[in-house]
Amino acid sequence: MKFAIQVNEGPYQHQAADSAYQFTKAVLEAGHEIMRVFFYHDGVNNGTNLTTPPQDDRNIVNRWSELGKKHDLDLVVCVAAAQRRGIVDEGEMKRNGKSAQNIADGFRISGLGQLVEAGIQSDRLVVFGD
Amino acid sequence: MTTLHTVNKSPFEKSSMDSCLAYAKQGSSVLLYEDAIYGAIKGTAVADKVAAMGGVNFYVLGPDLKARGVSEDKVVDGIGIVDYAEFVTLAAENDKVQAWV
Repeated sequence: MKFAIQVNEGPYQHQAADSAYQFTKAVLEAGHEIMRVFFYHDGVNNGTNLTTPPQDDRNIVNRWSELGKKHDLDLVVCVAAAQRRGIVDEGEMKRNGKSAQNIADGFRISGLGQLVEAGIQSDRLVVFGD
Repeated sequence: MTTLHTVNKSPFEKSSMDSCLAYAKQGSSVLLYEDAIYGAIKGTAVADKVAAMGGVNFYVLGPDLKARGVSEDKVVDGIGIVDYAEFVTLAAENDKVQAWV
């Protein structure tokens, strides 16, 4: 079965970013497919590579990148939510004249159409957030 | 057509669980996770509401009970304790998933 995941909450905010990760992992372990993980609202902060959590704490951003790499996941950050919150890739850096980029490995910035498409093409869309 | 409703906020803090219970139809399922696990504890006003919901299946996420130090024997009788794998199964077995965030 095809699952799509929507994450509306940032890392270390409450628990939704953790729940979404644990659920995504369990979906893959059960042999289902994750067709996309869409990060919306404060959820886009899951996709910054500038976080440095303490060594004995979970690294939420790296955890997504590693799971994404292992399972070839499509980790999509909403562009409008990303622009508001300073999540930048090379294209956005050039387009908006910014001095740096910070998109984490395995993430890409795209539009809300990707969420609509995920809702249509997946069998289940599961939402995590505050 | 059955729905898995997910609730992640304590019913003692927010009204999302009340909204969920108002919409949950017979044959549907409700999963309480994150702070919503407090809605699965025996002897509260919320437990009475859960008991009054005939025909709706209730579940609570075990790892989130454990994270909050709530032992399984405090959970209302009839509420199923599930892990993440069973959460996935519930999402797959129902026709859709509605998050009451």
